[in-house]
Amino acid sequence: MNGAAALAEASDLRVRFVGREETIHAVNGVSFILPPGKVLCILGESGSGKTVTLRALMRLLPPRRSVIEGSVRIDGEDVLAMPPRVLRDLRGGLVAMVFQEPMTALDPVYTIGHQIIETVRRHTGCDRRTARARALELLELVRIPSAGQRLGAYPHELSGGLRQRAMIAMALSCRPRLLLADEPTTALDATVQVQILILLRNLQRELGMGMIFVTHDLGVAAEIADTVAVMYAGRIVETGSVERVLRAPVHPYTAGLLASTVHGQPRDCDINAIPGSPPDPRRFMPGCSFAPRCSRRQPVCTTNLPEPRFPEPGHMAACFAVPSAPVRLTLRAE
Amino acid sequence: MDQLALAPHDHGEPHQPLLIARDLKKHFPVKGSGGKAVQAVDGISFTVRKGETLGIVGESGCGKSTLARLLLYLLVPDTGELVFDGAAVGDGITVGALRRHVQIVFQDSYSSLNPRMPIRDSVAFGPFVQGKPRGEARRIAREALARVRLDPDLFGPRYPHELSGGQKQRVNIARALATGPRMVILDEPVSALDKSIEAQVLNLLRALKRQLNLTYVFISHDLNVVRYLSDRVLVMYLGRVVELGPVEAIYARPAHPYTRALLASQPSMDPGRRIEQPPITGEPPNPISPPAGCRFHTRCPFAEALCTSVDPPLPLWTGPPSHIAACHLADRMRPARLT
Amino acid sequence: MAEINAAIVSEPRPLAGAGGVEAEQGPPSTRVRGYWRSVGFRLRHDPVTLAFAAVVLLIVLAALLAPALAPFDPYKESIIGRLKPFGWRGHLLGTDELGRDMLSRLLYGGRVSLLMGVVPVLIATLIGGLLGVIAGFLGGRTNTAIMRVMDVFYAFPSVLLAVAIAGAMGGGMANGMLALSLVFIPPMCRVAETATTQVRTLDFIEAARASGADTLTIIRYHVLGNVLGPVFIYASSLVSVSVLLASGLSFLGLGVRPPIPDWGLMLSTLRQSIYVVPYVCALPGVAIFVTSICFNLVSDGLRGAMDVRM
Repeated sequence: MNGAAALAEASDLRVRFVGREETIHAVNGVSFILPPGKVLCILGESGSGKTVTLRALMRLLPPRRSVIEGSVRIDGEDVLAMPPRVLRDLRGGLVAMVFQEPMTALDPVYTIGHQIIETVRRHTGCDRRTARARALELLELVRIPSAGQRLGAYPHELSGGLRQRAMIAMALSCRPRLLLADEPTTALDATVQVQILILLRNLQRELGMGMIFVTHDLGVAAEIADTVAVMYAGRIVETGSVERVLRAPVHPYTAGLLASTVHGQPRDCDINAIPGSPPDPRRFMPGCSFAPRCSRRQPVCTTNLPEPRFPEPGHMAACFAVPSAPVRLTLRAE
Repeated sequence: MDQLALAPHDHGEPHQPLLIARDLKKHFPVKGSGGKAVQAVDGISFTVRKGETLGIVGESGCGKSTLARLLLYLLVPDTGELVFDGAAVGDGITVGALRRHVQIVFQDSYSSLNPRMPIRDSVAFGPFVQGKPRGEARRIAREALARVRLDPDLFGPRYPHELSGGQKQRVNIARALATGPRMVILDEPVSALDKSIEAQVLNLLRALKRQLNLTYVFISHDLNVVRYLSDRVLVMYLGRVVELGPVEAIYARPAHPYTRALLASQPSMDPGRRIEQPPITGEPPNPISPPAGCRFHTRCPFAEALCTSVDPPLPLWTGPPSHIAACHLADRMRPARLT
Repeated sequence: MAEINAAIVSEPRPLAGAGGVEAEQGPPSTRVRGYWRSVGFRLRHDPVTLAFAAVVLLIVLAALLAPALAPFDPYKESIIGRLKPFGWRGHLLGTDELGRDMLSRLLYGGRVSLLMGVVPVLIATLIGGLLGVIAGFLGGRTNTAIMRVMDVFYAFPSVLLAVAIAGAMGGGMANGMLALSLVFIPPMCRVAETATTQVRTLDFIEAARASGADTLTIIRYHVLGNVLGPVFIYASSLVSVSVLLASGLSFLGLGVRPPIPDWGLMLSTLRQSIYVVPYVCALPGVAIFVTSICFNLVSDGLRGAMDVRM
């Protein structure tokens, strides 16, 4: 994989939170490459480290408590070594973020028009009139009805879906080349979620942005991703194109996740649940963190960290049970 | 003797529905708005048959959580009636007795268990309150924990903050089972759980239903889960029932435009079959001032003049398994077959 | 590590459709620690709070054991031995304006001051706490009735209110304690009401109602345990205020009557002699200050230990 043209690149990213009583190992060696204009979906359950990874890309983690190691490059620039002023320009400028809960991400005491205008002026230095026109343009871009009126609306006056659209508008205000989305549709109803997903997909295509989308929902990943990276206990266990990972996963965890997601299973038999629970991020375990729950574990899994295997080009799985052969494997957990 | 698997002593015959809800209404007045109210539940009627799982689906604002609380009289309905196994609540059966037979499992949140109480006391509280002596209540609690596959010795003395989300939810289920109910209302019991844990809990719920001869009312926004668990499904929109019928009929041949839109909004897990156009635009309107006529007409692609003025009726009683929808055009339209 | 080994040795996953639900694995930590135990744990590792708690303990012990520790009779006057400095003829801390030994009077005075510090807080906690829990749990009109009455008393500055009540009742220790109790009931009620209101909306209360419990049972088993924490912290901080206010009342002549030793009263009578033996005359003030601030800091430490996100 070439790194020269990569829009975003993480290399052995590690994040731990150091507290008085304990240390939480949130991210334990994550590497990925995002080419420009593509959508990468980071798929994982709670505690997998996916949100922390995303925030580390913009260094949005609490500075005193968090220790970040490894390297993160956006458009070739080393984010972890950036001085604060450059970082501030990066945030909102080259890279923008859309959060899960718009009610907490938008300032409740300012209208959304004001917030967008402020962001535009901060990054481009233009005058109010130009910024206002741009804000109107953005609200129409995200298909907010009666955009002119909504400029003067406060966040609490808008419904959930409209707030999320407003947040997307704010994120797009400075034409970012990379959009980071942290479960932006999780808190929305199904009929609203599908609207937002389609909107994001269309915007991404039209504006040619790269997107890193964090979610726990396989259906959402299927709708929006080009490539999928599955995370478990702070590591990426499988990556590949969305077709490959969702139709024919090779890592036991991905396969287990797919099998245990309720989607049209026959009613009279049990769902193939993955036994046990995710590991405690406060404990650092040797070997593969999925081993205690894995039906295909071998003795080596508990002592050694699985190295990446490539069942075919572009498809990686960190598992000893996956042969690195050119033969295509369509494994499904039974 | 297994305290929890009580032999059902039916008052009515097997054909008597376990629960009949007639025209339940619950409005929450909005302070300072001059008499306006949130019409959370606005005339809901349905039955729950013995031994079935009735799924209730709807989006936020449809009133399903309010309905869950009405079924237990945690909220008192403004009007309407609840009949449990032939006895009307307030008349033939007291609220206290109702709560012996009907229990509820809430969505697991950090506040669903008392943080200062060890697990075994939380579970034993129900039987204790219903008159059992302490020792027996503790014993029942142990049994209940074992039923949900939690080792009572390992988990009994622990506190909620030491448990994972899935374990806490099992405790919630044990707490509901400890009083020996015949019907359990499950209000989004798996929505806050990870998918892998959700599957475990769903398997558990199915097993418990079989073992203890329970009847479930399963409330969720997740259509896939409802389809998996339910025998019949009730679709709610803005405080009203819009469709009711056997699960396969609802999913294969949805009659109401809202149900169709809801089903079409579910992402398939297949990247090759992406949804290109949103099946429905806009958002659920405000329950304070619902639209006149059919409440769905503002978002309905098929709305006609009749729909803006006249509320479509829904028959009260469902005798043999039948599929009804509150839509003026339900008979005329031939619903598309959805796989 | 034991849990991991146990997990590995556990039985293999059931086959599809078998309907088996495997037993759950153990929780992450093997230590069972209740809330109070973890509070104790945190306190044990907080040296600052422990140090001040030790000082408080010393003060309390000294007051309790005053008869054994006092070298002289606190009431015995001496005309020639008036206002003598430290160490004069065996009087370690000097003598007061009537020749009485300061150390003995301080020790005995501690009894009164501590009593007047703790008893009003106890009374206020009981009454105010109860009213607050009732108001918080029942809500609606009951809440409005109780809380608005409290607000009326809240409107008065505490010192003025204490002085007014004690003065109107004619002074004396009992009246002083009563006055202070009345002053502390409204804030304690408010703390309890806030805590109760917060607990009332939590899901487990609704679950308890769904189990069929009545209001009293719910309050007893579910509400009190959660409200006790904030109430206890507030009460411990009130003690320091109470000691100050009680001394103030005595200083104004509204507390105990002479010749009973009391720090506030001693301050008042020694006031004029401050230029004769300044260090001796300042002693009661130092005692009040030290006691009050130690209670305050212990209360802070308690708040830190008890304020846990669980």
